[in-house]
Amino acid sequence: MTTYLRPRDLDEGLHARAEHADWTVLAGGTDLLVNANHRAAPVGMIDLWRLADLCFVRVEKTSVAIGAGTTWTEVERHPAIRAKLAPLALAAREIGALQIQARGTLGGNVGTSSPVGDSLPALLALDAELEVASVRGHRRVPYREWCTGYRTTHLAADELIIAAHVPVPDATTRTSWRKVGTRRAQSISKVMGAAAITLDGDVVVSARVALGAIANRPIRITAVEDAVRGQRLGVAGDAARAALRGAIQPIDDVRSTATYRREVAENLVARFFSVS
Amino acid sequence: MERPSATGLAVGLAPVGASVPRVDGFAKVTGRALYLDDLDAPGAWHGATVRSTIAHGVLEAIDLDPAFDWSQVVVATAADITGNNFANFIRLIEDDQVALVPIGGRVMHVDEAIALVSAPTRQLAFIAAKHVKPRIKALPAVFDIESALAANQKLFGADNIFKQFLIRKGHVSDAELEAVFAGAARVIEGTYQTSPQEQMYIETQAMMARWDGEVCRIVGSMQCPYYVHKAMKAFLDCDADEVVISQSVTGGGFGGKEEYPSMLAAHVAVLAKKTGRAVKMVYDRDEDIAATTKRHPCRTHHRLAVDASGEILAIDADVVMDGGAYLTLSPVVLSRGVLHAAGPYRSPVVRIRGRVVATNHPPHGAFRGFGAPQTTFAYERQIQKLALALGEDALAIRKRLAVRAGDTTATGQLLGISVGTDEVIGAIEQVAGKPPVRDGHGPSGAPVRRGRGVVFYFHGAGFTGAGEQRLAGRAAVAVTADGGFEVRSSSTDIGQGAITMFSQIAAGALGVDPAAIVVVDPSTAQVPDSGPTVASRTCMVVGGVVEKAALAVRAKLEAWAAAHDVRGSIGEVARAYAVKHGELVEIVAYEPPPGIAWDDSTYTGAAYPVFGWAACLVDVEVDLDTYEVAITRCVQAIDVGKAINPSIVKGQIEGGTLQALGWAVLENVVYKDGKVANANMTNCIVPTFADAPDLETILIEVPYPYGPSGAKGVGEIPMDGPAAAVANAVEDALGCAFDELPISPEVVAASKPRWRKS
Ligand SMILES: Cc1cc2nc3c(=O)[nH]c(=O)nc-3n(C[C@H](O)[C@H](O)[C@H](O)COP(=O)(O)OP(=O)(O)OC[C@H]3O[C@@H](n4cnc5c(N)ncnc54)[C@H](O)[C@@H]3O)c2cc1C
Repeated sequence: MTTYLRPRDLDEGLHARAEHADWTVLAGGTDLLVNANHRAAPVGMIDLWRLADLCFVRVEKTSVAIGAGTTWTEVERHPAIRAKLAPLALAAREIGALQIQARGTLGGNVGTSSPVGDSLPALLALDAELEVASVRGHRRVPYREWCTGYRTTHLAADELIIAAHVPVPDATTRTSWRKVGTRRAQSISKVMGAAAITLDGDVVVSARVALGAIANRPIRITAVEDAVRGQRLGVAGDAARAALRGAIQPIDDVRSTATYRREVAENLVARFFSVS
Repeated sequence: MERPSATGLAVGLAPVGASVPRVDGFAKVTGRALYLDDLDAPGAWHGATVRSTIAHGVLEAIDLDPAFDWSQVVVATAADITGNNFANFIRLIEDDQVALVPIGGRVMHVDEAIALVSAPTRQLAFIAAKHVKPRIKALPAVFDIESALAANQKLFGADNIFKQFLIRKGHVSDAELEAVFAGAARVIEGTYQTSPQEQMYIETQAMMARWDGEVCRIVGSMQCPYYVHKAMKAFLDCDADEVVISQSVTGGGFGGKEEYPSMLAAHVAVLAKKTGRAVKMVYDRDEDIAATTKRHPCRTHHRLAVDASGEILAIDADVVMDGGAYLTLSPVVLSRGVLHAAGPYRSPVVRIRGRVVATNHPPHGAFRGFGAPQTTFAYERQIQKLALALGEDALAIRKRLAVRAGDTTATGQLLGISVGTDEVIGAIEQVAGKPPVRDGHGPSGAPVRRGRGVVFYFHGAGFTGAGEQRLAGRAAVAVTADGGFEVRSSSTDIGQGAITMFSQIAAGALGVDPAAIVVVDPSTAQVPDSGPTVASRTCMVVGGVVEKAALAVRAKLEAWAAAHDVRGSIGEVARAYAVKHGELVEIVAYEPPPGIAWDDSTYTGAAYPVFGWAACLVDVEVDLDTYEVAITRCVQAIDVGKAINPSIVKGQIEGGTLQALGWAVLENVVYKDGKVANANMTNCIVPTFADAPDLETILIEVPYPYGPSGAKGVGEIPMDGPAAAVANAVEDALGCAFDELPISPEVVAASKPRWRKS
């Protein structure tokens, strides 16, 4: 038997979380239910689906706060996210397909922290910060420090994910996103990446480049970021390609090959720094 | 003004040729159709299967985990089959496949059934199955065609060859054939490989059995009730009326529910016997992908000899398929493969050799196209290479070399009636338009290269050779005791629209509205054996029988009305007749058209009563950053004889086309040590709507005088051609050949050194 709790507000959720470290947190369920048939039923369940305290998008002065309970449909349709945080909106519309987007949440993608979580490279490239909370209080963690390994994160056993705070890139920064999956929809990424590139004319001032599906967690590629600094677009693409070569160790699996992942990752990264 | 009838058909409009709505459509889209898993059987238990994890070995023991509580669970093994005096094999072409591997018996493939469990809930049955542990001593296993042919490890006979064929036309010896090749101005030669493919019907395999005294009643998801009946009669060693097989609403088959349901039927029958209850078995998706049949992987070596004027002098094809661990349907799949291997092209000399070999893969089996898609891929790649070698336009060369009425096929069959070559090629010519501009940029800004491919192909409709004659499929049309009209046939509706089509044909022949026709649910207790629901034969062959039976009923009713001075519509006459005499049944058996002669010993003569003809055009766009092949346009022009229901026919063509496009670029079944490594829907992918281009379908109707209203087969043909069209298009885009499926992004990436420099 599984005890089921649908908290009325965040506070009740946090208290339940504090008391029952072994209960499962449920949001849209699109990750959790996939393996439900193959696992023992959880002892208890805290259902956060549509919890008002987690369902919000707040446009602030220099950033946008996206509640953990926000679905991908909501992310994709939000005018401010579309206009200012394009990689996140683009990632949202490529997560699963319509049904999954209507149910899957940002908090769930971040909570699962799969190496193929599609929003995660976008959060890295946009230098998001996560807000988490427990009965002990709220804290913020830079997203680049969030993932600790294969599907592991800094979330403590009594904490819930509250929101992602995503700084809005300034006018001199251009952003990019591309997902390469096994097919066009309902598809697991073989490689995907996002970039935020700050330019002075056509010279790269600084860049954040992140890739997914090529390591045990989504990663920033600092070797590329260092290599492109001060380079002109175009030349920067070649430099990015060369720098990436030694920086990643993709693997062979049933979905693709290491060779393919490496080559496509290089092409994507080079494309991010191409002219036009 | 025309008034719509219950079927939406305007009164007075002929039912045949109209897109009346699907009889089963409303129940299906509203979720009211009851599939096997929806059927409620009070007190029914659930079954699960214990399977081998080893590809080849000897079963030494079956251990039950002593820590598990077995009090709620029944376990059955091969000993329960023999213990009940049942026969432990699944009858098909041979009786070589066991239902459960006995202790001391040989395990032939991963996921072979070893034991069964039954429990009050499905969950408990699945959990219990995990606590049954077969002990298997491994033997060396065979996973590829080369090792199978080397026959160091013997799986079947002395040479591991399940079946072989040799077809010769225009020559008597290999030396003679080689002389033609030696004298040719040009020889085009290549080896083509196609991959296994999963049917991915939406409803997984499902079956339920119940013993009613001495009678075993089986209901389930299936294409061919009488195949299951034949297998179960042998398995239970009983009389025909001691086992009743009924089809439940079936969520797709594509060949995957042609032979495999007999295995489930045997399993649920054994469990029902042992538990004394109804037992239901519904496969998990992962289990279904892992354990059931797939399209045969195939390797075809193909040679074309051409003279100085570009005419074909000789065609030589050598086809080898991987049959998997048991013979099952492999001989007939191979047969259709070799019979199509020369393609619809004129050639005075043809040699086709075919072999299907035993390996330790799960048995490969029926899948839409049934061997023809594999060899079509080979010959349409060859014709394309010839076009490139001669610098000739892709459609022009096909038009120049294609067979017409008066020509003969590889088996010497003289083509006479219903040859749609010029119509299908002409239709594509008309809509083709300009080929896409080679270089450009895709939506992501990545550079792309575009290309176009075309193919011309054919597909034999109905059973091969004397098959239809031997089978003499029967169907009945009846006036029921309460004066309604019934069609009784064992041809199943598996989503392809068979019952709607039958009701239209019967309505047309009787002169009534299709809504007045009831097509009876197929059960061996109430319908005659119309033959299996396969081989693009349901409309052309069984539909023709239904038409004859309906005409016979109508003639009888009209004669009776005249004799008794009864006036009114045919429906009114039928009701009057029923009041007086009760039921009126006309059972008709199939008779082949005149002049059909086939020699099975030499594989010569009329391989098929008639062929469907098709041409397909595909445009592709290859993304040079990701190496993905996007199909941007696909046009199929298919000669179907007559579209009884154009909307259903188009649906069949679109579905088959998308299956073929998926096979071309993204579908694959990956085996690792004989086990399906991608046995889930996440990794064993099929195209989604987002992957599908707008499919353009052109229906061509060159009537077949012996089909109902001129109709011939359409179910399989759309699957045969598009994969080669995609390969031809990608070759056009990149300037290098693609002779293996799938043309995945990984394969395209690896081909980069071979790309045309531009
Ligand atoms: C058919 C299908 C296709 C898919 N396609 C994609 C795809 O293309 N790309 C992709 O990235 N993903 C895909 N997914 C995975 C999934 O949809 C996403 O990861 C989604 O964002 C998960 O959100 P959810 O709300 O459904 O998470 P859930 O399943 O409810 O939860 C996921 C995990 O996050 C934890 N969690 C959720 N919310 C919180 C919170 N507020 N605080 C703490 N922990 C929390 C849960 O405890 C659980 O461990 C797919 C899934 C399916 C079934």
